[in-house]
Amino acid sequence: MSGPDQRAAGEPLRPRLVRALLARPGRAQLGVAALCGLLAFALVTQVRTAAGSGTLASARTDDLVSILADLSGRADRLRSQVADLQRSAALLSNGSTRDSAALAQARARAQTLGILTGTLAARGPGIVLTIQDPQLRIHADVLLDAVEELRDAGAEAMQIAGTGGVVRVVTSTALGDLGSRVTVDGVALTAPLRIVAIGDPRTLATALGIPGGVVDTVDASAGAHAIVTSSPALSVTALRALAAPRYASPAPTPSP
Amino acid sequence: MIVLLAVAAGVSLGLVLQPTVPLDLQPYLPIAVVAALDALFGGVRAWLEAIFDDRVFVVSFVANVLVASLIVYVGDKLGVGGQLSTSIVVVLGIRIFSNAAAIRRRVFRA
Repeated sequence: MSGPDQRAAGEPLRPRLVRALLARPGRAQLGVAALCGLLAFALVTQVRTAAGSGTLASARTDDLVSILADLSGRADRLRSQVADLQRSAALLSNGSTRDSAALAQARARAQTLGILTGTLAARGPGIVLTIQDPQLRIHADVLLDAVEELRDAGAEAMQIAGTGGVVRVVTSTALGDLGSRVTVDGVALTAPLRIVAIGDPRTLATALGIPGGVVDTVDASAGAHAIVTSSPALSVTALRALAAPRYASPAPTPSP
Repeated sequence: MIVLLAVAAGVSLGLVLQPTVPLDLQPYLPIAVVAALDALFGGVRAWLEAIFDDRVFVVSFVANVLVASLIVYVGDKLGVGGQLSTSIVVVLGIRIFSNAAAIRRRVFRA
């Protein structure tokens, strides 16, 4: 702090300041003033620039490049994430449609099998064959003929009703005679018998009514009488329990 | 007196004209301003110590600004412009602080 002009430095400040402010501006002061004005101008300009522009506009090139790299990397990550999610969404929707289609198919198959095996009630157009037989002349062979005839004609569901019960006729149904009565799957039935068959009514009626057929045979028996009635809406309501096969098991399907 | 007038003129000019800094000058202007502030504080301190000299002030002012800008320019060319301008701001800030401390001692005698 020991300048060459210690006297002046020790002089009180205020008179010096006043003197300096009131001094006539010389040529040397002009340069100083010009520089100070330039500094003020630049300062204001810079402040305005820094305040007016956003953070990105005043950032340096290096920073901008690194920010850009950051952003593009993040965009890449997000894009791959989007692709992943879209893939899994497509997978899920595909899977669910395939599952529901398989479920509908399985349900339809179960219904078909249920009607065929007699575990489900069935309804539809068909015929009713009513056999009046007060003298009990009709035996199992006539009934077997009737059932076979109806199956040939395309009956899809059948049941035999009589006094004594209602029996669903399926592939394993057995007909037999017990004294003067007919047994269907072990259930003894007495006339009047009522056979309900679901299928094409005209085909079924024709099959029963052919000359020498079931209706003729029944009518030929003493006191017996057969009537075939077509109906657009019948129902086969007798059910049959499904017995699981004890010995047979599914064999692998031979590959085509 | 004329210095104060010039400062007022510069401020009003900057406010009125609202100049936009050319893109090439944008990295240098803040550094130049800080360097000029350093020179200004040095000048005030010298005046307080009664060793102020117009010529010295002008030369140091211009040299400060030029050297600071040159360093930033070289840094930009070398790819370390950001770090170099930070270092310049730090160094000049330390100098401004020490000058301000000297001014304070001179003015408040503390």
